[in-house]
Amino acid sequence: MEKTANATPTAKQTLIGTRVKKPDAPDKATGKTRYINDMVLPQMLIGKVLFAGRPHAKIVRIDTSAAEQLPGVHAVLTGKDATGLKFGFVRDNVALKDKVRCEHDEIAAVAAESEDIARQAVALIEVEYEDLPGVFTPEDGAREDAPLIHDNFPGNKSLAFDFQHGDVAAAEAASDFVVDNVFRPHHVTHCCMGTSCAIADFDHNGKLTIWTQTQYPYNYKMDLAPALGLHPGDIRVIQPPIGGAFGSKLDVYPYEPIAALLARKTGRPVKVIYSREEEFKASPTRQPAIIHMRTGCTRDGTLTFRSADVLLDNGAYTSWGPTIPVIMMRTVSGHYRVPAVDFKAQAIYTNNPYAGSFRGYGNVQCTYATAQQMDMLADMVDMDPLAFHLKNSQKSGEITPQKSFLRECALVECLETAAQASDYSRKRKEYAAQQDAPGRYKKGIGLASSIHNAGGAKIHKSDGIGTILKMDDYARVTVITGASEIGQGIDAVITLIVSEELGVPLEHVTLVNNDSDIAPWDVGVHASRTTFIAGNGTRRAARKAKAQILAAAEKVLGEPAETLELRGGSVVRDQCGTPIIKLDRLLRQMHFQAEPELVMVTDYYEPKSEPEGAQHMSDHSAAYSHAVHIAEITVDTLTGEIKVDKVTVAQDVGRIINRMGLEGQVEGGLAIGLGYALSENMLLDHGLLKNASFRDYKLITAPEMPPLDLHFIESDCAEGPYGAKGISELPTIVIAPAIANALYNATGVRIFNPPMSPETVARAIHERRMQTAPGKATTPSEALAV
Amino acid sequence: MMSVETEIRFSLNGRPVSLKVPATMKTLAMLRDRLGMTGTKYACGEGECGACTIEIDGKTVNSCLMYAVDCDGREVVTIEGLRTPEGLHPVQQAFVDHGAVQCGFCMPGMIMQSRNLLANNPELTREQAQRGLEGNLCRCTGYTKVLDAVDAVAATNTCGGRANP
Repeated sequence: MEKTANATPTAKQTLIGTRVKKPDAPDKATGKTRYINDMVLPQMLIGKVLFAGRPHAKIVRIDTSAAEQLPGVHAVLTGKDATGLKFGFVRDNVALKDKVRCEHDEIAAVAAESEDIARQAVALIEVEYEDLPGVFTPEDGAREDAPLIHDNFPGNKSLAFDFQHGDVAAAEAASDFVVDNVFRPHHVTHCCMGTSCAIADFDHNGKLTIWTQTQYPYNYKMDLAPALGLHPGDIRVIQPPIGGAFGSKLDVYPYEPIAALLARKTGRPVKVIYSREEEFKASPTRQPAIIHMRTGCTRDGTLTFRSADVLLDNGAYTSWGPTIPVIMMRTVSGHYRVPAVDFKAQAIYTNNPYAGSFRGYGNVQCTYATAQQMDMLADMVDMDPLAFHLKNSQKSGEITPQKSFLRECALVECLETAAQASDYSRKRKEYAAQQDAPGRYKKGIGLASSIHNAGGAKIHKSDGIGTILKMDDYARVTVITGASEIGQGIDAVITLIVSEELGVPLEHVTLVNNDSDIAPWDVGVHASRTTFIAGNGTRRAARKAKAQILAAAEKVLGEPAETLELRGGSVVRDQCGTPIIKLDRLLRQMHFQAEPELVMVTDYYEPKSEPEGAQHMSDHSAAYSHAVHIAEITVDTLTGEIKVDKVTVAQDVGRIINRMGLEGQVEGGLAIGLGYALSENMLLDHGLLKNASFRDYKLITAPEMPPLDLHFIESDCAEGPYGAKGISELPTIVIAPAIANALYNATGVRIFNPPMSPETVARAIHERRMQTAPGKATTPSEALAV
Repeated sequence: MMSVETEIRFSLNGRPVSLKVPATMKTLAMLRDRLGMTGTKYACGEGECGACTIEIDGKTVNSCLMYAVDCDGREVVTIEGLRTPEGLHPVQQAFVDHGAVQCGFCMPGMIMQSRNLLANNPELTREQAQRGLEGNLCRCTGYTKVLDAVDAVAATNTCGGRANP
C-alpha cells in the first residue's frame, strides 16, 4: 500500500505572526451571514417595550386593557408580572418596573404578530405617573437630603472600593511638586451597529432557549435565571452572529428577560429588537466618573505618591459600570513605580442611564487622568516627558503594590520605540515654542501610556476555558470551545493555532462555539482575555490530539513518535520533512482497526492567576501589558477643532499570533478611543437623553481616522500562547490622553471634562488668552484676529 | 389598520420582481421583511449610518429612507447581487483579504458604497475613498482596513462598471 503522501519534503513553516483571514468574512461580505437581527422563527411574535420616558416617578395607575384587546396582540405584561424577580450585580433591577428610576425604565411589554401591531399596542397602554424629584449627579445623590432611588440602598450608595499602600501623607510631605486636578469623564455609549436583540422560546419541559448577543454565555445563564425565577441549568444560550458588542453584552439587560417572560406567557418564540433610538436610550453606557487625582514627585522627577478619590455616577441600577474601580486602581497603583497609593471609589445612584462594561473598562477614564498628570509633572520638573516616564518605568520582574507581577515588562521599549518613530522630543520642543506665536493653526504632539491586564482577570472564581477537539476520518478538525466570537476574530486565532499544531489547512478547521448546551465553560469575551485564554486552551487540546496521532503513527510506521511531525496534511519526518503517510489515511487506520480509536480530546485550561479578592492584593491576571500612544495634532484655535494628523502606537503584544487581526483590533480600538476623546457625548438633561441618533451623537468617520504607525513589541510572555498577550483594550485606553497632552503642547490648555469638542477647546483657548493677556481681547474673534 | 397597497415591478439583482407594498413602506423593510433579502442591514433607520446602502439605477441610496414604491421600474442591486458566478466580487474579496471585516454588520453597506465609488472612479485615491465613505459608520475597524481594501481594488482596477449583472 502506498504510504507516501507526497514526494516533496514539507519544510518547517510557522503560521504564528502571519496574516490569516477571518473564516466568517466571506459570508459577512456577501450578506449571507444570518445575524440575530435577521432571524425569524416559525410562529415568532415581536415584543415591544413601553419605556417610562421620565427619570423618577411613582406609577399611580396602569391600564393595559385597550392594548390587550387590539387584534394581533398575544400578551401584555407589566411590573406585576415580574414582581420579586430581582436580578443584577446587587439584585437592584427587575425586567418590568413598579417604579421609575431612569428614562429607559421598562414599564410594560407587548407581544404581537407584527412590529406594527406591537407598536400600536404599546401606544394604547395608559400610565399615570407621579413625578418625583430626581438626582442627576453623584454629588447631588450623595447629599443627605437627596431623594432615595432604591429604598434598600441608604444614602444612594452603591458599590465602594478602596486600596492603600505606603504612607501617602509622608510621601506628599517629601514631594517637591504635586498636581491636583478633578477630571470628569463623560457618558458615552457602545453604538453597536447591530441593535440589541434577543429571541426567547420555552419548550414544554420549561426549558428556555434564548438566542442572544451575549459575550459571556455561561455566567449569563446564572445572571438571567433570577430575572425569570428559573434554574440556570434550564437555560440554553445560543449566540448567533452579532453586530458588535465592545463590552455591552457582558451583563443581562431587561429586554432579555422581557423576551423570555413574553415567550413563557404566549408559548411562542418572541423576538425583542431595539430601534436605534431605543438603543441609544436603553443600552448601557461607559461609566462616567468624577476623579479627584493627585500625584507627586521630587525635583529629580521621581514619583512619590498617587491618590485618587473617585465618585461614580452609578445611574439607576448596578451593572458592570461601577465595578470599574477594580481596574482603575491597578493603573493608579501600578502604572509607573508609585511608592505610596491611596485609592477610594464610591458609586452613587442617580436617575441617569446606567453603565455596563465597555472596552477599556475604567482604564479609559483613569488613564485620561494619570497620563495627563504624568505630563504635567514632567513640565513642572522641566523634564522631557519621555525622560520622566522612563525614569519611573518598571522593568521585567517587578511587582506592583497590588501584587501584579510584571513578568515580562516592555514599557521602556514601548516608550523608546514610539518616541523614536515619531521624533517626539524634538517636535515637542518645537511646538511648545510656537504655542504663543501668531497663527491660527497650532501643531502639538502628546505622549501617553497605560497598563492593562493581558492574560484575563480573575474576577470570577474561574478564568478558565474548556475545549473539545475532534478529528473525523477526513482529517477535518472541529474545535468545540467556550470562546465566543463577537467580531473580534478569535475564530481566525483558533483556526490558525489548530493549523499550526496539526499541520492541517486553515479551511479544514471548524468552530462550534455558539451553543451553551454543546460548548464547555468559558468566562466570556472581556478583560482582553480571549486570545490568551482560548489560545492556550486550543493549543493544549491540539497538542493532546497530536500526541495521540504521533503515538499511533509510531505503531503504524515503526518510527519513534519524537522524530515525527504533522505538516502539510501528513505525518512527516521532523528532520527532513519527508512525508510518510497522509494524516487522513492514518486517522482512518486508527479508527478501523482491531483496537479502534478516535481522535477526540478535551482540555480545561485555568490560567495561573489569583482571584481578585476583597483586599485587591493579588496577581489577578496571568499577564500585563503596556502601550504608548503618541498623537500628533493640528488645532484650529479659532474653532477649537482638533485634527489628528498621525498616531504612533507601540504596544507590548507578547507575540503576534494573527497579524491582520491584531492590526484590526488596534485600529478599531483606537477609533473608539478617538470618538471618546473628540466627539462622542451623551447629552443628558435631567436624566433625559437629548441626542439619541447618529446625527447628534458623533462617531468617528472614515475621513477623521488618522494614519497609524503601529509598532508591536514582542516581549514573549511565558504563560501566553506562543508568547502572546491580550491586546484589544489598550488601543482604546491610551489615545485620549495622548491627544490631551498634544493639545497642551499646541495651545497650553488642558481639558479635564472630555470630550475635547471644538466648543470646549475653543472656550479653553479663549479663557487662557484672557488670562495671559487680560484686557487685550474681549471676544474670541478679536483674540484670534492674527 | 389597512393601508393602500401599490403593485410595483422592478429589477432586483438582475431578476424581475413584482409585489404589492404599502405606500408607507421603506425599501429596506421591503427587502428584508417582504423579499427575505437580509443582507441589507437596519442600523439607524434615518439615513445616518449607511448600513442599508443599495444601488438604484447605478446610484447608491440609503434604502431606509427611500419608499418602496419608488423602486417601481428601477434597477435595484443589493449586496447579494454583487456575487459573480466565479465567486465573490473583487471588492468583496478585497475586504476579506485585507481584514476589513470584523463583526461585519456595516459591511454590506460599506461594500456597496465602496464598489460604487470605485466603479465611478477607477483611480480613486485614499482621500477620495475616505470622503466617499464618510456616510458609512463602522464601530469595529477604524476604517483603516476598509480603505486598504479599496486601495487594493483601485490599484488593480478590477471593479468594473455598473453593479447590475
